[in-house]
Order: sequence, then C-alpha cells, then structure tokens
Amino acid sequence: MHVIIIGAGEVGSSIAASLADAHEVVVVDVDGERVDALTYSLDVLAIEGDGTSLATLREAGVERADMIIASTNDDETNLVACGTAKTVDDPFTIARVKNVDYLETWQHAENRQAFGVDFMVCTNLLTAEDIVRVIGLPAARDVDPFAGGRVQMAEFEVGTESPLADQTVREADRFDSLTFAALIRNGDVEIPGGETVIRADDKVVVIGSPGSVQAFAREIAPGETPSRNEDLVIIGGSEIGYHTARLLEERGLHPRLVEQDPERARTLAEELPDTVVMENDPTDAEFLAREHVDEADAVVAALDSDERNLLVSVLAKQLGARRTVAVVESGEYVDVFETVGVDVGVNPREVTAEEITRFTRELHTENVALIENDRAEVLEVEVDADSILVGRPISEAVADLPEEFVVGAITRDEEFVVPRGDTVIEPGDHVVAFVGRDALEVVSERL
Amino acid sequence: MNLRVDWRASTSLVGTVVKWLAVAMAFPFALAVFYGDGVTTFAASMALAVGVGWGLERLDDDPDLGAREGFLMVALTWLAVSIIGAAPYVIAGEGTVGQPVNALFESMSGFTTTGATVMGNIGFEKHSRALMMWRQQTQWLGGMGIVVLAVAILPELTVGGAQLMDAEAPGPGITKLTPRIAETARALWKLYIAITALEVVLLFGLHLSGVAPNMTPYQAVAHGLTTMPTGGFSPAARSIEYFSAAVQWLIIPFMVAAGTNFALFWHAFNGEIEAFGEDNEFRFYVGVLAVFSAIVAVLLFTGEGMAETPTIGPLAGNLEKSVRHAVFQVVSLVTTTGYASMDFNTWGSPAQYVLFVILFVGGSAGSTGGAVKIVRWLVILRSVKRELFTTVHPEAVRPVRLGGRALDERAVRGIYAFTLLYLLIFFAATMLVYFDAARVGLDLVALDAMSAVAATLGNVGPGFGIVGPMNSYIPFPSTTKLFMVFLMWIGRLEILPVLVLLTPAYWRS
Repeated sequence: MHVIIIGAGEVGSSIAASLADAHEVVVVDVDGERVDALTYSLDVLAIEGDGTSLATLREAGVERADMIIASTNDDETNLVACGTAKTVDDPFTIARVKNVDYLETWQHAENRQAFGVDFMVCTNLLTAEDIVRVIGLPAARDVDPFAGGRVQMAEFEVGTESPLADQTVREADRFDSLTFAALIRNGDVEIPGGETVIRADDKVVVIGSPGSVQAFAREIAPGETPSRNEDLVIIGGSEIGYHTARLLEERGLHPRLVEQDPERARTLAEELPDTVVMENDPTDAEFLAREHVDEADAVVAALDSDERNLLVSVLAKQLGARRTVAVVESGEYVDVFETVGVDVGVNPREVTAEEITRFTRELHTENVALIENDRAEVLEVEVDADSILVGRPISEAVADLPEEFVVGAITRDEEFVVPRGDTVIEPGDHVVAFVGRDALEVVSERL
Repeated sequence: MNLRVDWRASTSLVGTVVKWLAVAMAFPFALAVFYGDGVTTFAASMALAVGVGWGLERLDDDPDLGAREGFLMVALTWLAVSIIGAAPYVIAGEGTVGQPVNALFESMSGFTTTGATVMGNIGFEKHSRALMMWRQQTQWLGGMGIVVLAVAILPELTVGGAQLMDAEAPGPGITKLTPRIAETARALWKLYIAITALEVVLLFGLHLSGVAPNMTPYQAVAHGLTTMPTGGFSPAARSIEYFSAAVQWLIIPFMVAAGTNFALFWHAFNGEIEAFGEDNEFRFYVGVLAVFSAIVAVLLFTGEGMAETPTIGPLAGNLEKSVRHAVFQVVSLVTTTGYASMDFNTWGSPAQYVLFVILFVGGSAGSTGGAVKIVRWLVILRSVKRELFTTVHPEAVRPVRLGGRALDERAVRGIYAFTLLYLLIFFAATMLVYFDAARVGLDLVALDAMSAVAATLGNVGPGFGIVGPMNSYIPFPSTTKLFMVFLMWIGRLEILPVLVLLTPAYWRS
C-alpha cells in the first residue's frame, strides 16, 4: 500500500513506525526539523509541506495513494486534508479529530462520507473509552465496543466465589438487553441453551448494551466492579474528563467529577445528570479527604496539564484510593507516572495511533473481535435486504444457519434493540453476532 | 410627569378586544331569541361592547406595542372585558347579581375561571337561559385566555404576541408549538374547542343512553363550557351533585385534562403520545392527584368526623361513593375547577383540611388551571433536595433539572419569588377580608376567611363554611367583593403582570 501520513507528531510518527515495514509510507509535516528527524529514524519518505495543499499532496504521490491518514494536532487541518485528497483520486481517508461534534456529524452522514473522510478517530472519545474500559469493568478479561459504542461484547471469567457459578443460563439471564453468546469451557466454545449450567472457571461471552454489561459485571464479580456513587472520582472537567463521566453514566454508574472553573463546572453539571459535579481546587488535599477520595475505587486524573495530573494522582494514591488512572499528554512521561505509583497512564496520542494502526490492518472487515485465540469471532454486520436474517423472526432465520451462531445485539437507527426469538431484523440494521470458528465461512456467506 | 409607557396604544388594543366581545355575545343572544327571553339584554350589551370598544380604539390609530405596553394591555384587557361582561347581569337586573358590584364580581369570577358566585338563585326560575349561558361562556372564553384568542385572530397582535401570551399564560414561560405565535395560539384554541366538543357529545351521549336523566343538551353544553376552562359555574344550583354518578365519573377525566399542559395534547395529536409519560410535571401531577385522592377516600370511607348528609346519604362504608367523591373533589380543587359532587362542608375536618391544602396546588403550566401550579411546587421540591445535598457537599454544583433539562438559576429564583409572593398576598388578603367582615359585623371562621381568599386568588371558586360549594359569596360586604375582584384578576394573570403596573419604575424611566 502507498500510505500518506499527514502530521509527523507523536501519532503520525507512531503510525508511520508500525506501517513502515510492510508498506510504502510518505509522511508530510510543516515542521522541517521533524521531517529531518523522521527521515533518519524511520524508513519512510518525509516531505516538508502543508498537507492541505494540493501541491504538497501531489508531491507525496496522492494519485497512487491507497490511504491518507491525517493525524495533525489540528482538527480542521485534518478534515481539509482528507477533503483535498478526495478531489484528486479516491484513496481511503482517515482523519483524527479531537472535537466529538465532528465525529457525530460524520457518523450521522449518509454512508459516513462527511468531510471526505472514510474513517474518523476521535482522540478525546477514544481516550475516555479507554479509561472507562480500564476502570469500569475490572473483572472483564476482554471488552470490545460495537455499533459506535451502543453495544458491548465482554468476556468474563466465572470465579469459584461468583454467585453465577452453578446457575443455569436461564437463572442468570436477569438483564433486559443482554445476550449470553457463548460459554468457553476447557477451551471449547459452547453455545448455551436455557438449561446449560454455568460452572466455575467457565468463561462467559456476553453481548449487550453497555449498561447491562456493567450490571452483569457487578453480578458476576460484586467485589471488583464499582457500583457505589463514591467509587469513581474524575478530577478535571476537560473533554476527556467529560466523556469519561458520560460513558460511565451510560453504564449506569454515578461518578463524581471535580472541576475548578465555576462556569465549566456549571456546564458539566447541566450536561451530566447522573454525575455529582464539584467545584473546587482538585489539589486541595483537605477537600479530597473530606469527599472521601481515599475510599474511591478509582480516581481518574484528567486535568489539562501532566504535572497537575501527576500531583493529583499521587495525592489520591497517598490518601488511599485503590486505583489511579492519569491522562498523560506527553508519551515519554507514561513510564515516569507508572514508576511513581500511578496505576495506569493513558496517553491520548498513543491510544489514537493504536486505533488507527489497528484499523488499517483490519480495514475490510466491519468490526471484529477475536475470542480465545481465534476460536470464535464477534462480528458486526450491516445487513441488507438479501441477508438471510432479514424479514423474519430470528428464531426462524437461525434455524437455517450453523449452530455456532448467536445474534447478540441489534442496533437500528442508532438505537439498541434487544434481540429475542420473535424479533424481525430489518434491512440497514447493525447486527452484532457471535460466530464459532467452524461456522464462520458459512455464516459470512449468507449474511 | 413624563410617562414612558404608551398607554394609548395599549388601551386602543383593549378597545379592539372589547369590540370583539360583541361577537362572543352573539351566542347568548341567539339563545335569547330562541327561548324568547332576554333579547333586549343582549342586544343592549352588544351595542355597549361595540360602542365602548370603538371609542377606546379611537385613542390610537396605529398602536405599537412594546414590552411594557404588552403588560398594560393584558392587564387592562381582563379588567375591561370583565366590566363589559358584567353588563348583561346589570341590564337584566334580576336577583342579587343585578347589582353592579355583584355583577362585576360574577363577571370577573367567570372570565378568570374562578367560579365563585354571588348569584342568589341559581337556575332558570329567576334568570334567563341566555344569561345563564353567558355566565358559563365567560369561563370558556377566559379559560384558554382572552389574549391567546386575540393573538389567534387579530393580525395586529402578531408582533409581540409571544410577550402578550407570556404575560397571560398560567405557569412560568410559554411553549411555542409552531414558529408563528398566531399559529400556536390557533393550535391551542383548536385543541380546546375539540376537547370541549368531545365532552359535550359524551355528556349528551350519557343522557341518550339513559344513565344521565338531567343532562339535557343545554346542560351538556353548559358543562362543556365550564369544565375545560377549569371554571366550575354550573347552571345547577347543587352543582354536579344534581347529576348522576355516571356524569360525575365522566367529568373527572375532563377536569384532569383541563389541568394538563395543552402542549402535551398538541404533541399527542402529532403522534407523540409518549410526551405524557416523559413529562416530569405531568407525572408529578398525576401522582399528586392519586395520593390526595387516596387519602381523602380513606377518610371518607372510614367516616372520620363526617356529618350526616341528607341529600346523598352517608358515604362511610360505601366504597364506590367514597372513591368517587374523593377523586372528584380532589381533582376539582387541584385543577381549580371548583365543581362539587356533594357539599364537602359536611365532611370531617381532616378531609376538609386536606382540601384546603390542595387549594394551593393548582394545575399544570400551560393548562387552564390556576393557583401556584404543579410545576412550581416540583421545582421547589427539587431545589430543596438540592439544598440538602449541597449542605453536605458544599462544593457540589447541582442544577435543578426538569425533564432532563437543567433550569436556569434565574428561573428557579423567579419561582421562589412568585410562590413566596403568592403566599404573602394570601396572608395579607386573609387579614383584610377578616377585618372588613368584622367591620360590618359578619362573623367569619378562620378557615372560611382563608379558604375564601385562597379560592379567589387561586381561581378555584368554592371554599368552606359560608363560601362552601352550595353557598355563595353574597354575605361579604361590597368592599370585600371588590377586593376579591382584584384578587381574582391578579390570580388569573399570575400576579406579576398586574403588580408591575403598580410600581413607579414601570411608568417612568
């Protein structure tokens, strides 16, 4: 592939590094020094120039490019660069943005074609999702979002202590929008029926709305999964802090958020109905003690400066918080943070670069998660009228498919639909399904 | 003194509305012709309305309404309409209501949908059917709002119409249902007419099916005209007690509808039936009705302190009757309709005090109900809850939420201020009424005086004791009656639009 990466910052360089081995990579940046540095450190072609200018893109070989990745620090530059590239040819365009509004516009547009962008990655949202995955479901072995975050797949290990052990699936199935997709027992994938007994040491794969997955996690591992309001404290009402709170709310949790600026605090309080927003200096140890941050299960430091995040995290840890997660803007500090006792340092640029790299590798599948080293997959498919699933109750459609196939969730017009035996799937629905390895070939043909 | 308010513009538009009142009088006039009774009364009244209206209109050929003129126009419209609306009673000159002060009281009570009466003999023996219909019709006109009606039909009010409706509409703020305010006004009136018509048809249907012997076509129309505006004037002397249980059951849902925000019906007609379930105020409203009805029903069923009631027999131990009268009375007073399914003066004091408390509840914002309004209580409850929370967590930032939307702190303050002002006026007015009654040697019980004020200020109608549902406001001296006219007036316009006219700052700079 001929790939053009616009922006040689942390994100761009990191993507370039991971693609350089297998592909022909051109990196464009306005900063001559960075271009020079990259020329010597990676086996890529680095060009100095403005990625939004047609001349520069031509120089980078846009006519024969397969993919354009716009990853500068500036949202508008990235969008314009993608748009400009589309005027020449039809390369696959990926844009990195920080502003979630752009992402929403893009997701809303017909065929996701807004701004000439084929795939959009939102740094702030990705980082928040990453944080939530880390703190929200500690008991889960694997969590993957589908259908724009409206559906989650999670794999849990059933401990001997778990109240779920020795229950039948029917007994365990107390959640409205949750499907038990599979049990993995001794490495074998098993599609559970209502009478299947769940045993300790089984792994359970569930698919459902984030809220119900969260509720299920609480059920399966009551001690580990946060549930009380006092459990989660987010410090700093930055965009990342805001989205973290919002995603936690979606999972049915009630986090607390500390923001120093009165106006921003008020705005956040209005936007986040289930979050207790507090207006105070987050480095005020007395305040943190009074709000019992010491008893928190997790403290997220999402302030705008790395130094303050470090200070807050160390402070929280010292007070006795169980886990601390800090946003670290400068990638090289992540290790420092983790060395001084912060449990997890999350670097938004790294998260973004990983997502883009992952995506470029899996480009042609809609969205896939692998279960247990390839023993099964969770697929997301947008079904059309020709699909075997469309136009009749699921129970009928499934009868024509191999056994190792379970419809886990459906989203219709961006709304979650609970799949039951009598649910009729319509063209355009997104179906998230669990498919065993043996059934994979047949299934992907007929869907 | 240099006035900054263009009172001529306001008064001129009031004249236009008054002139149109003659058209509204065409209905009782037609009835007068039909029944051959009261023709001259209405001919003269219509002439008066046209004459006065035309005269006032001359004050300004091209009225230009600003925000301040809007307040003045709305306040004066209600006063002027009530004065002209009193003309038929005075011209007919029959009974107590023929005296000018009483006529004004009855007319203001009608237009403000209060339903407090000074008519001595309610019925057709003394008053013509046409005059009685006018009495009912004033409530219907006042319910959805004279000014809303004016905005709907008068092109000169398209600019500034939103402000006018805001000054008049019950509850904080108005909901614009359509981009054009005149269309919103028309939509509201269409709904209002449609639901009224449905009630008339159903009431008469009960009559035809034989379960409502007294519900003649005249009565069906009369009660349609007085349920939907949460008015409560019934042409029957014993109010709804005169009619069968089936009628009472049927009227309950219509009273509930009348106390509901009309915007919800509009959404429902546009296919969004879930608007009801999602609306915080509506859910709270239904909850309040259910809880108070249950309390009263238990009190009635157990016969707590209940006197014997010769007209309908004892309620204690009779489940259907206890529930029916409890629900009817609670709904009637919460929505400020003021109908009575029986004389609740005969109820025990616990039940009476519950009824007294609910005189302050009121209907929903954007409904035809009066008093403080459900939505204000809901906001107050939520902000009290917020205070309790922030006492423990002083740093917490907590907006007061309604339906997922965070309320502006100014709106919350406005609601506190209104409710406090409402209660202050209530206490001050109770004292005044008490003293004025004592001056003429009228012996008032405290609950009577308080309920009379709460019932007029909140546009409810009946109170307790001498102003009970089967009694009237006749015994009060004229000064008190005029004061109550003032209370009904400010109560209907939610106090501030009228009080602001009494401040010097309004008239100057």
